[in-house]
Amino acid sequence: MSILKLTASTLAIAAITTTSAMARDNVQVAGSSTVLPYASIVAELFGENFDFPTPVVESGGSSAGLKRFCEGLGDNTIDIANASRRIKDSELAACADAGVTDIIEVRIGYDGIVFASGIDGNHFEFTPADWYHALAAEVIVDGALVTNPNTTWDQVNPAFPNQPIQAFIPGTKHGTREVFEEKVILAGCEEAGALEAIAGLNGGDEKAAEGTCMAVRTDGRSVDVDGDYTETLARIEADANGIGVFGLAFYENNTDKLQVATMSGVVPTVESIAAGDYPVSRPLYFYIKAAHLDVIPGLQDFADFFVSDDVAGPDGPLAEYGLVSDPELADVQETVANATLMSAN
Amino acid sequence: MTHKSLLVADARTKKRNAAERRFKAYGLTAIVVAILALIMLLVSVFGTGASSFRQTYATVTVPLPEDKLDKSGVRDIDVMKKVTTIGYTKLLNEGFENVVIASGIPTELSRKDIGGMLSKEAAATIRDHILANSELVGTEATLDLLMNGRIDGYFKGRVTMESAALDSNTSPEELALAQALKDAGIVHTKFNWAFLTNPDASDQRPEAAGLGVAILGSLYMMIVVLVTSLPIAVAASIYLEEFAPKNRWTDLIEVNISNLAAVPSIVYGILGLAIFINFLELNQSSPLVGGLVLSLMTLPRIIIPARAALKSVPPSIRDAALGVGASKMQSVFHHVLPLAAPGILTGVIIGLGQALGETAPLLLIGMVAFVREYPAAYTPDAGLFGEASTALPVQVYNWTQRADPGFVERASGAIITLLIFLLVMNAVAIFLRRKFERRW
Repeated sequence: MSILKLTASTLAIAAITTTSAMARDNVQVAGSSTVLPYASIVAELFGENFDFPTPVVESGGSSAGLKRFCEGLGDNTIDIANASRRIKDSELAACADAGVTDIIEVRIGYDGIVFASGIDGNHFEFTPADWYHALAAEVIVDGALVTNPNTTWDQVNPAFPNQPIQAFIPGTKHGTREVFEEKVILAGCEEAGALEAIAGLNGGDEKAAEGTCMAVRTDGRSVDVDGDYTETLARIEADANGIGVFGLAFYENNTDKLQVATMSGVVPTVESIAAGDYPVSRPLYFYIKAAHLDVIPGLQDFADFFVSDDVAGPDGPLAEYGLVSDPELADVQETVANATLMSAN
Repeated sequence: MTHKSLLVADARTKKRNAAERRFKAYGLTAIVVAILALIMLLVSVFGTGASSFRQTYATVTVPLPEDKLDKSGVRDIDVMKKVTTIGYTKLLNEGFENVVIASGIPTELSRKDIGGMLSKEAAATIRDHILANSELVGTEATLDLLMNGRIDGYFKGRVTMESAALDSNTSPEELALAQALKDAGIVHTKFNWAFLTNPDASDQRPEAAGLGVAILGSLYMMIVVLVTSLPIAVAASIYLEEFAPKNRWTDLIEVNISNLAAVPSIVYGILGLAIFINFLELNQSSPLVGGLVLSLMTLPRIIIPARAALKSVPPSIRDAALGVGASKMQSVFHHVLPLAAPGILTGVIIGLGQALGETAPLLLIGMVAFVREYPAAYTPDAGLFGEASTALPVQVYNWTQRADPGFVERASGAIITLLIFLLVMNAVAIFLRRKFERRW
């Protein structure tokens, strides 16, 4: 029965070794799937140029990442959370409850959100109002709020071709969805004057009117994609009428399959977003636990390296991949170098 | 009363025979559908994935000026490490342009574009090479370096001149130059061992991505699963089958084991997160936690065939052993267990095969990650199997989400590798069954 003895002792050894020491010598990152490609590019460069091990980068979404970030301090928790939006007050409160009070907020740059269709399809020149009329659950017709009657793009805007409306937009778990609703649908609602009209109808309740504006139709003309942009791309390849919402970086890597639509007459490029001409963009962030800076080897160096000019600058690999470099990168570098904490707000 | 001939089929017989023919036709259709589905799967996977086992390289001579690479002048490694891959990229661009000029191929492309035809991984390759061979500084080095994913895709038929014209990451001129270089023998395609040994790579360099970390992670997890679930499953099934009294409690346990085998695997992931990571505080993303979670999932799936194997040993063997004076324990361990071993082993290997292909529980314990460091089996800091890693099915999932089209090929290549692993494991199971199986 030596085999039994052997396995028993192996089990015992495994149990002892794993319960005693738990130190970690690599940086652990989790969060937004939009930030993931950038974070992995930096992690790769960091691993190859420094003596520290390559950081481990997990995906899962901004909210999931911030939730894990706020689980507490220690080797067993992540050091950095990536987010495609700012951390919310409720999340800050959750963090504080778990003892994560000292947080450094780092803005790495901006990401554009683009509208693209299959390379062989029709070309579009959108305005936010077009998207509002195409995708809102309810629109104003003759002064009354009715269920969205538009089924083809030429009903939305006579300049468009007679093509059925079929949009693939990010699902609600994505940070991108929030930006899409606010910067496209809500902006379009305002632009079209519908926000005022709805507020007029519901007795001046601005907040409720905004909610009505941003409610997306659920009759199948707009499809929520909960997967990644690769899924949106597959849907568009399968449906010639489909128009999808993508990150600029994804589009830049697939220009042979997608054609991009202009928004308010501006073609989305790294330059037009950096100049502030292209309206639909949002900042990307990562959050560092200040308490981990002295404990986890390489964390400070990784953060410094991430925002350095060589990496996050306009000529760096991140910009090449599709990140819009932060015009105030020098301030961000200072924040990271001095480990300046987020001010409570 | 008329007697019918047995040789002439009457209406009822015809009906019964027709029913039989129909049933045979249904069965045949079912099998044809299944085979077609399998063929479609294999064709689509091998069609896109087989090319990931070949990779395009360029032979480049890179100048290594001392003033750029070693400011100390005495080959001090710490000083040389200050030169980052960004610095090496410039030398690489220069070197590759020189190669193009020396080959006499006319081109309009700028040095940056020519350099861009090489993989971003190339700078890391050459930096590692120089740091390991510091005496090369001041001379030049000739190395086989990876070409970028678009050029590689062109030689594999994934990228065409038409798609390149629309593609912002390459251009028809680059492809034409690559073709000319290939004709000149500078660019060549060879078997891609790196696909099996390299770690994962970021979105900018699909050509460098490999399965090294994932294969190691899967291997470690399988060791953990084997070491934890085999003894537990064998002990449990022997006890239940040979020693346990038949009463309400053992019935209850039996029903529960069958139910557990049918529990969706993601549930075990949630359990693993709560117990192993949050309560026992084991390292997240580690093969140890992954293996333990998969063990939980595999246990009932091994216990059931192990019990069946024990049950199939005829009682006469036990009776004979007991009859010549063996104790119950001796009869089990000296006679029943060895005879049931092939069956148990088959169950274990099939259970391991299922565990190898499982993704869902690993999502929750942080194994779906970008990991580039090879995990060590043991380190004093992280403990046994405590370093972060990924696993084969997870790597497939990861790569299907990447933006660069080069990763589609990689994902299919990873599926092929996973299928080969599973095929080998199942072949071993069949071999063992054939070789050792006893029939009574």
